[in-house]
Amino acid sequence: MSAELAAKVPPGPLEDKWDQHKFDLHLVSPNNKRKLKVIVVGTGLAGAAASATLGELGYQVEAFTYHDSPRRAHSIAAQGGINAAKNYRGDGDSIFRLFYDTIKGGDFRSREANVYRLAQVSVDIIDQCTAQGVPFAREYGGLLDNRSFGGTQVARTFYARGQTGQQLLLGAYQALMRQVAAGTVTLHTRSEMLDLVVKDGQAAGIVTRDLVSGAVRSHSAHAVVLATGGYSNVYFLSTNAKASNATAIWRAHRRGALLANPAFTQIHPTCIPQAGEHQSKLTLMSESLRNDGRIWVPARAGDDRPPADIPDPERDYYLERGYPAFGNLVPRDVASRAAKRMVDQGRGVGPLHNGVYLDFADAIGRLGEEVITERYSNLFEMYQRITDEDPYRSPMRIYPAPHYTMGGLWVDYDLMTTIPGLYAIGEANFSDHGANRLGASALMQGLADGYFILPYTIGDYLAARLKEQPVPSSDPAFAVLEEEVGRRTSAYLEARGTRTVDWFHRRLGRIMWDYCGMSRDRAGLEKAMAEIPGLHAEFRSDLAVGGGDEELNQALERAGRVDDYFELAMLMCRDALDREESCGAHFREEHQTQDGEAARDDEHFSYVAAWGYAEGSDPVMTPEPLSFESVHPAARSYK
Amino acid sequence: MNFTLQVWRQANADAPGGFAAYMVEGVSSDMSFLETLDLLNEGLSAEGEEPVAFDHDCREGICGSCGVMIDGRPHGGRLGTATCQLHMRSFEDGQTIVVEPWRAAAFPVIRDLVVDRSAFDSIIAAGGYITVSTGSAPEANLTPVPKQVADLAFDAAACIGCGACVAACPNGAAQLFTAAKASHLNLLPQGQAERHLRTVAMVEQMEELFGSCTNHGECERACPKSISLDFIAMLNRDYVGAKLSRRPRVHAGGDD
Repeated sequence: MSAELAAKVPPGPLEDKWDQHKFDLHLVSPNNKRKLKVIVVGTGLAGAAASATLGELGYQVEAFTYHDSPRRAHSIAAQGGINAAKNYRGDGDSIFRLFYDTIKGGDFRSREANVYRLAQVSVDIIDQCTAQGVPFAREYGGLLDNRSFGGTQVARTFYARGQTGQQLLLGAYQALMRQVAAGTVTLHTRSEMLDLVVKDGQAAGIVTRDLVSGAVRSHSAHAVVLATGGYSNVYFLSTNAKASNATAIWRAHRRGALLANPAFTQIHPTCIPQAGEHQSKLTLMSESLRNDGRIWVPARAGDDRPPADIPDPERDYYLERGYPAFGNLVPRDVASRAAKRMVDQGRGVGPLHNGVYLDFADAIGRLGEEVITERYSNLFEMYQRITDEDPYRSPMRIYPAPHYTMGGLWVDYDLMTTIPGLYAIGEANFSDHGANRLGASALMQGLADGYFILPYTIGDYLAARLKEQPVPSSDPAFAVLEEEVGRRTSAYLEARGTRTVDWFHRRLGRIMWDYCGMSRDRAGLEKAMAEIPGLHAEFRSDLAVGGGDEELNQALERAGRVDDYFELAMLMCRDALDREESCGAHFREEHQTQDGEAARDDEHFSYVAAWGYAEGSDPVMTPEPLSFESVHPAARSYK
Repeated sequence: MNFTLQVWRQANADAPGGFAAYMVEGVSSDMSFLETLDLLNEGLSAEGEEPVAFDHDCREGICGSCGVMIDGRPHGGRLGTATCQLHMRSFEDGQTIVVEPWRAAAFPVIRDLVVDRSAFDSIIAAGGYITVSTGSAPEANLTPVPKQVADLAFDAAACIGCGACVAACPNGAAQLFTAAKASHLNLLPQGQAERHLRTVAMVEQMEELFGSCTNHGECERACPKSISLDFIAMLNRDYVGAKLSRRPRVHAGGDD
């Protein structure tokens, strides 16, 4: 392992590492914390939780969001739930089992110690959020209810109807606003981070653009935390909110932070299929629906009868048939690929034959419509609004869509990137989900990082900087980047071409979906890598962005994000090409078992691929080898 | 489908605004209202004109970013529906649709259809939380919450903070928003310790920034999450209770 990729996993038994490490970390005394300044970019679950907690501890926090309010962050749209190893059901759950399920679900491509710590702190998250007033679902006795989720055989998912993310984010947002009122956190809304300032090898601050006035500003601090989410919108159509983007992590990558496993992107199995060319985004239907819905397609290709007219023997409940042990609750990557196989075989349903059925008829018959309404009313309603079809009467149509990115900035055990003083938390880092994330684990990881991990680990870095002042924002290191940001902005405005930002974004997205989506092969990836630079060049010369710089200009904001997607897309393809195996969500056609499952190659690819940026030349990959001491990387089977 | 959109255009907070008319053609009935605005903007951008600015993000009715007046009604007036969930199939082909920003003194226009709703954040900062620093929480199941109480708290907590209630109110009051936020916490056992302090702080901040409630009830109809007016009654009760309870009844010994 090269020196720059020291993961800094503490020694000792797996169960004791985090406790021992917390003791070993340097502390900052309460009266000194107020002398230390931390920038947190992003106010989703990870960012809001971190800002609130750092503020409570007494640090000076500067929190940034491009939204009008911290509460709008995309965490708000998470539906299904949050995992925790409480074992309230007495069904055999434990910290070790949550750890094991997560590492197996990730197809043994994540770091053991990080995942174990995640499982450990999961129980504290539920306590914290309940105390904040998060209205989790309860049983009649008043205690917390649980449900099961894909890839597990226990019920450990806590939920708040189908709006778990909303309620958790509001809890974190309220804790954050308490600190804003207390004066420990300064909030900057409608401010977008456009560059990272590194001085003497350390993160020194950020450069932002005020989205209302267009003013470019510098902000300096002792440390910078990126909690800026994932990059599924590289595909244009995804379940992510429209503004979710990769710009903060990408620009940090350009300044030296390594980016790990960019090709590990999760395609979520249960989304509403695309209805036409006009579509601006795809809508997720929570995976929790797979608890009660049965997935099927007609047994015969080209069977266009309405679903009610297809008798049971002529239906293929392909997940129940192929994976009897887990049935409809197989992990997301397995369910997505199976749906793709059905559609590719000509058995897709709906007007465009681009979906599979998710049928609640049996569940309604067994439990009654009232119970189904209680569990899923908001999802059923959302489905009906979008499709104009009633899922109580006819089955839903679903199809996979880009949803979450396991890849992200490489971080060590302390969640610090390869740039000292720069941290990445939540979906923005790569750390816990390996090659595939299990359902209800994103909320868990975002809050674990923000509430319970980063506030400890960052103290160790800050303790050594007590005597240092932050680099002043008048330093030339800031001025140079402010100018660069200005030049970028002018270039978009001055191109005065004929094509809109979305026109380019849709085309890039199509390339990525076709060649670097649910399944990949060498020829396709090479084709994508041949096409993307041409489209990027065209973007630079033929882009049409109306309006000016010194005003609210949403097309200009999007231009910068799409510009970064072009570069990121190239790296994703390169990573996918480089990884000559199939694992989790990364499925290479060339590497599959006889029955079409992912064929992992532990001998050659049991590593995290951490990529460095090099202007004008090929990126260089540094592997972080993965070693498994507590689990044996078995072939993943859900049959 | 084809539509004529009468859209409010305003360069910035200080500039005068006015309506501009645009023809939008080739709209599919499956498109959402925001996708129709996208289509309009694609056309404007390609012609080098400035696109219409509007807030939006999740497009699933949960983030609360979007929200415009459509033909004089917040979110278009369909019950329980945010602007992003409104589909063109609910309009008549050839119709003229008037699109404006929220109109409320507390929500100044930033540009076109975008307004500044940070006054809502101020109400939360004033007291819309439970004080529980990270790490200090007790075991979650130590405090049972009767299911019907948890469900009612959830009904209040479903508020997405879009501002439709304020836009619908002839007085520009934020009573429904504040009531939803306060009731969510006031109903739960976890929220009891600060119940009075919270209620007074939130209500007083609200009164400072927004108009006063005179029980028109327009807010409930406009709410995309159908939050009940009953929560306003609950807030009023809580406020009176808080004011009475804060009268010193027993003078504690020593320093006060």
